Amino acid sequence: MIVSFIHRAIMQGIPLLFGATGEIVTEKSGNLNLGIPGVMYVGGISGVIGAFMYENSLPDKSMANPFLAIMIPLLCSLLGSLIMGLIYSFLTTTLRANQNVTGLAITTFGVGLGNFFGGSLIKIVGADVPSITLSTTSKFFSAHLPFADNMGWFGEIFLSYGFLAYLAVIIAIVTSLFLKKTRTGLNLRAVGENPATADAAGVNVSRYKYMSTCVGSMIAGLGGLYYVMDYVSGVWSNDGFGDRGWLAIALVIFTVWKPNFAIIGSILFGGLYIIHNYLNQFFPFIPVDMSTQELIKMAPYLVTVLVLIVNSMRNKRENQPPEALGLSYFREDR
Amino acid sequence: MENKAAVSFRHITKAFGSKVVANKDVSMDIMSGEILALLGENGSGKTTLMNMLSGIYHQDSGEIFVNGEEAYINSPKDAYALGIGMIHQHFKLVDVFTATENVALGMDKKTTGGAKEIAKAITEICDRYGFDVDPKKKVYNMTVSQKQTLEIVKALYRGANILILDEPTAVLTPQETDKLFAVLRNMKADGKSIIIITHKLNEVLAISDRVAILRKGEYIDSVITSEATVQSLTDMMVGQKVELDIERPEVEDKQLRLTIDHLTCLDKYGVTALDDVSLEAYGGEILGIAGISGSGQKQLLEAVAGLQEAQDGASITYIDPESGAKEELIGKSVTEIKKRGIALSFVPEDRLGMGLVGAMGMSDNMMLRSYEKGHSPFTDRKTPRDLANRVKDELEVVTPGISTPVRKLSGGNVQKVLVGREIASNPTVLMAAYAVRGLDINTSYTIYRLLNEQKKKGVAVIYVGEDLDVLLALCDRIAVLCGGKLNGIVDGRTATKEEVGLMMTNLNTEEKEGE
Repeated sequence: MIVSFIHRAIMQGIPLLFGATGEIVTEKSGNLNLGIPGVMYVGGISGVIGAFMYENSLPDKSMANPFLAIMIPLLCSLLGSLIMGLIYSFLTTTLRANQNVTGLAITTFGVGLGNFFGGSLIKIVGADVPSITLSTTSKFFSAHLPFADNMGWFGEIFLSYGFLAYLAVIIAIVTSLFLKKTRTGLNLRAVGENPATADAAGVNVSRYKYMSTCVGSMIAGLGGLYYVMDYVSGVWSNDGFGDRGWLAIALVIFTVWKPNFAIIGSILFGGLYIIHNYLNQFFPFIPVDMSTQELIKMAPYLVTVLVLIVNSMRNKRENQPPEALGLSYFREDR
Repeated sequence: MENKAAVSFRHITKAFGSKVVANKDVSMDIMSGEILALLGENGSGKTTLMNMLSGIYHQDSGEIFVNGEEAYINSPKDAYALGIGMIHQHFKLVDVFTATENVALGMDKKTTGGAKEIAKAITEICDRYGFDVDPKKKVYNMTVSQKQTLEIVKALYRGANILILDEPTAVLTPQETDKLFAVLRNMKADGKSIIIITHKLNEVLAISDRVAILRKGEYIDSVITSEATVQSLTDMMVGQKVELDIERPEVEDKQLRLTIDHLTCLDKYGVTALDDVSLEAYGGEILGIAGISGSGQKQLLEAVAGLQEAQDGASITYIDPESGAKEELIGKSVTEIKKRGIALSFVPEDRLGMGLVGAMGMSDNMMLRSYEKGHSPFTDRKTPRDLANRVKDELEVVTPGISTPVRKLSGGNVQKVLVGREIASNPTVLMAAYAVRGLDINTSYTIYRLLNEQKKKGVAVIYVGEDLDVLLALCDRIAVLCGGKLNGIVDGRTATKEEVGLMMTNLNTEEKEGE
């Protein structure tokens, strides 16, 4: 039971890990992209559109080529979230619009866009239920190592996920090393801390902001793709993604802007997100009714608030948000 | 001469927006191996001109030649490639980075090597010119002087041969200034060209070889420093004769207005910023507060103003001039203090942050202090507008209109608006923090005159300053803070600059232990 809980917590945590890693990369450049929920949503629906096109182009779904079945949705998803990142960057970096307003607009826009295309696809299929199923594509996305099933709890906890889950962990580790060890990472952090300083040191601030926001969006978008293709086995239904995007942003704060912490953090958040379903199993002697379960759903957010409080009390400078987070930079500002 | 010039400006013009022309047809040379002081009032375009050389701005028209060749400087990177490094007034350092990381910023790893190589190079530069920088230290743990040193090392590391320093001594103690000047002389001996932007004429005379003067964005002339005097430079800078002596009128009847007892305050990081300070301020005198920036001046003034929480056991008593009634200020909020009729005025250090609202015009800013008066549901706009007009006329505030956002005014004019407003409220105690920071000499003297007028009216003036010459000339008594402790109070008439400078840096512990 514990094993299946951990397994579900990790499944639940992977989209958050993608989102948080993407948002960390973005925020390190000083761009507070509150559009992440929208970006992840678009990342999901773009993958769905790609998969739908591919599946429908086949005379018979059993003829699907595994490589194409993965690459087409993957590239569509990356492209979709890249476009969202570009819109955000253009508005905030080039036009210097307010980042909060832009971010919220991107979220609203992204969710609306996703529901529009999602709804359209459902109409095209003419399904009885308001959802669209892409089980062929999903099969490839969620394929895990065949021998994992024979390895007991170890297999279930560590080996039983689709490739995107491992990709999420690898991206988080690589991002962490990139920020800490490379010169480009150093420059990026400087842009987020003090863009005027970075500029005076010869760092192209706008380019860094664009790059990090776009790459960050693409990483976050993969979270949406993972959610629909693996977590829910290829079934898209409008608004099914829930508040995972906001949870990813909360996770960024929780991990004090460190992608390697986000790996553990995302599993913890994933666990807190679903623990209300497991309470009756873990503690059969305490009856938990529906309303209590609703209360327990607050857990990830409460933990984030607690971390915020503890962090601001400890006042360690390294654990604070990038200093110029949320501020637009203009060289000739006086 | 042309071939020896390190930098030549030719017909440089730069405007911000359509109204403000920062530089107008400036042509001048900087010779190699000289220390050139760039002198001018606020808004005379010194910093703008230098920012064009360092790639922050780009000129609207005109050419810049570096070492005889026309240079196209479009970014700070281009400037570095030409061997131009600028030390900005507000340091361009990332607080959470170490010294090494700050130096490495923006540079290619292929040319710099790893952290170890950079640290080694930093040590080499330090040894060569006599600096002291710890490569592993984080910037937020550094003192102002250390940060400045790091900035210079950073520029030298990038191979700067032409070094621009914007107001480098504004935040240094006299001792630190001497150290900086020694370093600058070393660099000059090494063949580097140095441009130093400053307001402080005695420093210009002490360090520079030549002085170039800008006035209202135009290049006036340059003179050999050894042939110049404070008076001649001031006249050239202002364009008219300026009275240079600071008055110190005597007021006979001094009344106790404010007593501060055992005041201890913490800063925002929970570190003791002000440690058991006891002071008295009298009406009809100017009490100077001297100290390296960050020695607790801010906390002292803000505690009196009701903005800073004091630790237990402290007491601040205000004595009303009319009734003689005593009021305890600790534990009272700003609003309470105001409601009880306690006439405090505070000119904070951070003019556009705490003092004025940058996006609002003069009259709206005047209203901030009086909006609670009156009983109709509508605001009274006429009184503040009249006050704004009065301040504008009396203090000669240069602004397109009283509704122009004050953010768009120059530093000196912003300060005039703030001081004008505070004085207009007829205070009993007037506190001013760094009232002339960044102001040109003409405006500074206007501010000193205003403070003296208040003193003559019997106001207790508390003046936190950084220029010791001014403190010694203006103040009746000077309280010296050192690391948050009161290190003694000296008489402004008899104390010397060296004495005060020493008190700022060395806590007088022996005397206290002996007691």
